[in-house]
Amino acid sequence: MEGFLHQVLAGLATGGIYASLALALVMIYQATHLVNFAQGEMAMFCTYIAWSLTNAGVPYWIAFLLTVVFAFILGVVIERVIIRPVENAPVLSVVVVFIGLLVILNSVAGWIYTYTIKTFPSPFPEQPILGIRYVSPHEFGAIGVTLVVLALLYAFFRFTPLGLAMRAAAQNPDSSRLVGIRVGWMLALGWGLAAAVGSVAGMMVAPIVFLDPNMMSGILLYAFAAALVGGVDNPAGAVFGGFLVGVLENVVGAYVVGPDLKLSVALVLIIAVLVIKPTGFFGRVHVTRV
Amino acid sequence: MALLEVSGLHASYGLTRVLHGIDFSLDQGAITTLLGANGAGKTTTLRALCAMVKTEGRITFDGARIDGRATEDIVRLGIGHVPDGRGTFVHLTTEENLRLGAYVRKDKSAVEADLERMYGYFPRLKERRGQQAGTLSGGEQQMLAVSRALMLRPRLLLLDEPSFGLAPLIVRELFGILRTVNEREKVSMLVVEQNASMALDLADHAYLIETGRVVLSGTSQKIKSDDAVRRSYLGY
Amino acid sequence: MSKRAVIGLVLLLALACALPFVVSSYRTFQLTLALVYSITLLGLNMLTGYNGQISLGHGAFYAIGAYCAAILMDKYGVPYWATIPVAGVVCLLVGFLFGLPALRLEGLYLALATFALGVSLPQLIKYKGIDNWTGGVQGIVITKPDPPFGLPISQDQWLYFFCLAVVIVMFVLGRNLLRGRIGRAMVAIRDNHIAAEAMGVNSAMVKSLTFGVSAMYTGISGALGAIAIQFVAPDSFNVFLSITFLVGIVIGGLASISGALYGALFIQFVPNIADDLSKAAPWAVFGMFLIGFMYLMPMGVAGAIRMGLARIARRAQNSRPGAA
Repeated sequence: MEGFLHQVLAGLATGGIYASLALALVMIYQATHLVNFAQGEMAMFCTYIAWSLTNAGVPYWIAFLLTVVFAFILGVVIERVIIRPVENAPVLSVVVVFIGLLVILNSVAGWIYTYTIKTFPSPFPEQPILGIRYVSPHEFGAIGVTLVVLALLYAFFRFTPLGLAMRAAAQNPDSSRLVGIRVGWMLALGWGLAAAVGSVAGMMVAPIVFLDPNMMSGILLYAFAAALVGGVDNPAGAVFGGFLVGVLENVVGAYVVGPDLKLSVALVLIIAVLVIKPTGFFGRVHVTRV
Repeated sequence: MALLEVSGLHASYGLTRVLHGIDFSLDQGAITTLLGANGAGKTTTLRALCAMVKTEGRITFDGARIDGRATEDIVRLGIGHVPDGRGTFVHLTTEENLRLGAYVRKDKSAVEADLERMYGYFPRLKERRGQQAGTLSGGEQQMLAVSRALMLRPRLLLLDEPSFGLAPLIVRELFGILRTVNEREKVSMLVVEQNASMALDLADHAYLIETGRVVLSGTSQKIKSDDAVRRSYLGY
Repeated sequence: MSKRAVIGLVLLLALACALPFVVSSYRTFQLTLALVYSITLLGLNMLTGYNGQISLGHGAFYAIGAYCAAILMDKYGVPYWATIPVAGVVCLLVGFLFGLPALRLEGLYLALATFALGVSLPQLIKYKGIDNWTGGVQGIVITKPDPPFGLPISQDQWLYFFCLAVVIVMFVLGRNLLRGRIGRAMVAIRDNHIAAEAMGVNSAMVKSLTFGVSAMYTGISGALGAIAIQFVAPDSFNVFLSITFLVGIVIGGLASISGALYGALFIQFVPNIADDLSKAAPWAVFGMFLIGFMYLMPMGVAGAIRMGLARIARRAQNSRPGAA
């Protein structure tokens, strides 16, 4: 029983990371109807920046904050410089641009930092928090950080005028222009926020899986699956999907098949869900006019 | 001097030219209507004014050229646009839609006052302020679209077929409010309409557009009273 | 086909036949692989370009075809040329079966499902239970075939011509399929499946069939690839291979038969060029190639050529007297 509880809670911890990344994917998807396949590599790259900072002696939370700001700027720049020129191209062509971006980031990270695995510090204390022994302090802290980030994002979109403008721009760019919203910049902002959220996910997962240029590829896959299971146009669904996938992965890996096949099995289960509910649990059913 | 002056306006969708040199003007405080059949180019004209289509020609607003500027900048000059199909933000609430109308304004307290004033003109919107805008009826969405544009405190209001899909009673109510807004708040209006008779009752001046050209212009009084014109061009 | 096109093709064929005698052995090997990939890309293009179903997992079918060939040759001594049709049939079945449940999924969801396929297959191949057959992580080594009838050419050259022959057959078959009723049905479903169904197209059957045929092409290609490289191992068929194929058809040009050739040349040679340009971060250079190509030719090489030719034709038309 204790083992199962541990698996579930550890699953929630990694699930929080999937949820954050899934949320980043959904944010960009809502605004552009594109899945940013380079999201994982962007997060990885920013985590390396954080590593450089902490390695240079910068205190953790300051490095954290600086990295989040860096990630935001990186996201904005990537949208304005790399994505903007192809925004009217066919979908698959933009996908290829994302793949190009993914490959560039991965390669440059490997070039600058080499492919040897590095340890990444955790800001949370070594002793079990509140005497809870089922989950490590870092996992517990990661869940907490995830929830704080999600709450901040929710508050931003729900209660601020800028958040409202961004939601409007994502839903209806034409009408948004008619009320004076600069849709292009809203898009860039969305990318910036998504990148910032991704960087938090990267910094939370790095202490667990260790830092190397390929650390995010499996996680991105889970995040993608989580976003779809939750309904790709529903941010709350993405969060739910993330936690669900995290728990599923852990439980399947511990009790059904070993760690080698858990990725396949988890994916197969997710696809089974999608075959039953093609738009995910909370996705909007699209009614098309014939 | 006219508030809005348009000369030699051409517009195209891709390679297809739709407007072939439109000329018209609108005076401060006036209500002008653009009439014409389906596909004549009326909606395109409004979209051209807001730079939503590729244009050539001169558009002057309050003495300054606005052709070639971006939609978001034109809006900031004080031109509100109630688009074809209403353009409601269907997943946002009624009140969020209204607040977005005032997005470019910096005077917060005046915005709050304007919000109350819109609710005064359209009490039904107040009842549904927290409701998702997509669930409003056609007439309510039209009122929402008009209010949203008015929240800008525009000097010029462009309306694209505001009577579309609405019962005549609602249209009368709406047009009455438009008249009031025009007189009380000095908002000039350019109304595109297929429903010629109601439009001529509302407007002071009219232009008739046919396949991308202006073929007739004059005061609504003159056009309404000219039987031949009415019968051959307006069909009633 | 117009006379100009026929002449063009004949010239191309002549060039293709001459190449292995004028370039190095290694270059011939690379060109052979490019030929092999072009079959995969044509298959994937049928599914994604013409039928609108996205697949991020075609590496799996390539692997299945490759392993079919390897196992048949290694364990059962089947001659190399006989493994090709077997690989094709097996993949046709697997593809069709995969296509059935995938019918309910569209766009992104299908992408995820196929992605899962592409990710899981290498892991499945490595599974201990079927070690005896698949050779596990180490894979299977197979012998290079000799030219038949004692022809005075090298093994590499023979393989090149063998693959060229298969390419010609597959491309001719593919062209007939795509230009026929089924091809039109595929495109109709891609553009507006509701309208297509309203006109009597059996959408489910066509989509599953397309998946099957696409998998068949990829399986045949995989078998050829295994024979050319003389080696199969699970890690050479990871998800990156699937992504490479997708990149290939987009760069080559979607919904285009010639696009398969351009794309194959790209995915075979550009990584080498990138490697030459930068030893430190070759994939970064490759990524820049990808982005650059998409900026310059968002419709792929075939699309750019099509637009270029159209522009030349329009200019010729406008310069004729009496033009509008």
